[in-house]
Amino acid sequence: MASSPARHAPPAPRPAAPILRLEGVHTHVGPYHILHGVDFEVPSGGLTMLLGRNGAGKTTTLRTIMGLWPASKGRITFEGQDITARPTPDIARAGIGYVPESMGIFADLTVRENLILAARSGPLDNTRLDWIFSLFPALKRFWALPAGQLSGGQKQMLAISRALAEPRRLLLIDEPTKGLAPVIVRNMIEAFQALKAAGETILLVEQNFYAASQLGDSVLVMDDGRIVHAGAMRDLVADAGLQQRLLGLSLDTHQ
Amino acid sequence: MTATAAPSPPTELPKPKTDWVPILLVPALMVLALPFFGDPSAWVTLTLAGLAMGMMVFLMASGLTLVFGLMDVINFGHGVFISLGAYAALLVLGPLASWGQADSVLLNLGLLAACIVVAALVTGAVGAVFERVIVRPVYGSHLKQILVTMGGLIVAEQAIHAIWGASPIPVALPQTFRGAFVLGDIVMERYRVAAVVIGLAVYALMHLVLNRTRIGLIIRAGVENPEMVEALGYRIRRLFVGVFVAGSALAGLGGVMWGFYRQTLTAGMGMEVMVLVFIVIIVGGLGSIGGCFVGALLVALVANYVGFLAPKLALVSNILVMALVLVWRPQGLFPVARR
Repeated sequence: MASSPARHAPPAPRPAAPILRLEGVHTHVGPYHILHGVDFEVPSGGLTMLLGRNGAGKTTTLRTIMGLWPASKGRITFEGQDITARPTPDIARAGIGYVPESMGIFADLTVRENLILAARSGPLDNTRLDWIFSLFPALKRFWALPAGQLSGGQKQMLAISRALAEPRRLLLIDEPTKGLAPVIVRNMIEAFQALKAAGETILLVEQNFYAASQLGDSVLVMDDGRIVHAGAMRDLVADAGLQQRLLGLSLDTHQ
Repeated sequence: MTATAAPSPPTELPKPKTDWVPILLVPALMVLALPFFGDPSAWVTLTLAGLAMGMMVFLMASGLTLVFGLMDVINFGHGVFISLGAYAALLVLGPLASWGQADSVLLNLGLLAACIVVAALVTGAVGAVFERVIVRPVYGSHLKQILVTMGGLIVAEQAIHAIWGASPIPVALPQTFRGAFVLGDIVMERYRVAAVVIGLAVYALMHLVLNRTRIGLIIRAGVENPEMVEALGYRIRRLFVGVFVAGSALAGLGGVMWGFYRQTLTAGMGMEVMVLVFIVIIVGGLGSIGGCFVGALLVALVANYVGFLAPKLALVSNILVMALVLVWRPQGLFPVARR
């Protein structure tokens, strides 16, 4: 895999200062109180997994960070700046790339147009594009095709590539392996390993614990709208009892 | 412009599939109608008249489909921008009346162009106020949108009465557009030919803007998934206002063309054509400019043919077209992928 054309320095030891911090974040969606005081930090560099059962509040957490469902209480800071009440476009412009669970690709636009749109600050950089193609070669082949005609896995590759179309400080990615065939999941894991090697900072929501165990540096576990565990991924992987208690599963059953 | 090429284009590109069937419906309809006419010249005359009518309806409807597609706003007030555009042309037709009577093609064309520009400016400006005062507070609620835009329509119609009076106002076509081209038995009204040319030009321009510019790309993406467009860093609220203003200006342009065609202006002339406009945008697929274009031609051609062959069915022909299209494609001829 090629290295990222921007900020491609290999992941040298980084300062421990968090790039993203949530403090006591509550979110209401209509009449429902989904997040009940979420506190966590995402360190700069590396991949942080956000795990939890269905309905734990993982997707809501990402949407709240992006300002799509504004926090009703609490504070979100990104690189020291308070982004809690900022509109979504401003949060994106601050350097956060977002891949929603639904992928959010523009089906009527071609693969090329999807990527052009994602490179908001200027024309697509060819070096960057080559790097994206090295991660997801299928996109080069389907370059001129409307994105709606891609397979599920290819759509997911496009959704992630869109977040990479210009340099971002942080990537929020929601369940990228959901509904994908095992072979595509394997490709995804490789692509994320390449992204980690390229020094990207990623907050990744994942249901597939096997994929999570292969990728995560640190891990956050949510339950009922709160963070119930934060630590190193390798500790969670090594402790079947903890997995069972936090997630109701163990890695053995997932492999 | 956004012309960024792949670094090294792949040799074997899968071809995007173009949906030809709805596009071919228009020529197919023309060919199928031919045997029903004993006299081919009547068929040609009615076909040309239908195409011209379709272009005018397209001009009036294109703004509405874009506003609905991008903003999810049902604007029942759209009709008043058609009326207002036609009345705004009076601002030019008064002072420049001599241009219309002059025996100069250039001056006549200049007058029509001036009418269109002034109408687009006036309706665009009023559209900006309409969006801010009437539409913005009701984003997200279709029922409130219908009620409040209908209210806005009534107020605006009465404002037209207050400014220009309640009596119908006759307008004269510039000299060049009067009369018809006659080729044997075929009669083509000059003004209808002009309407076809202007309709095609506007469609081509909209096609270019939507498919070859970044702003067009954002609009097309916004029609599909406005939330994701915002998550990519684009301030879509500003785009909403811009599209509403453009949509209102297009309605004003359509209003000028429609006013000259009727040669009489009334405050309700926009509202009268709105049923047809709604049928066209539903037939075409809400939010699709190409669909609106094909839908307008289809509906107008059917109306013309049926009006000639079976006048008693003329009133229901539009509804019949809509029903048949929706049975075949429930989202319209060119469904726009949404959210």
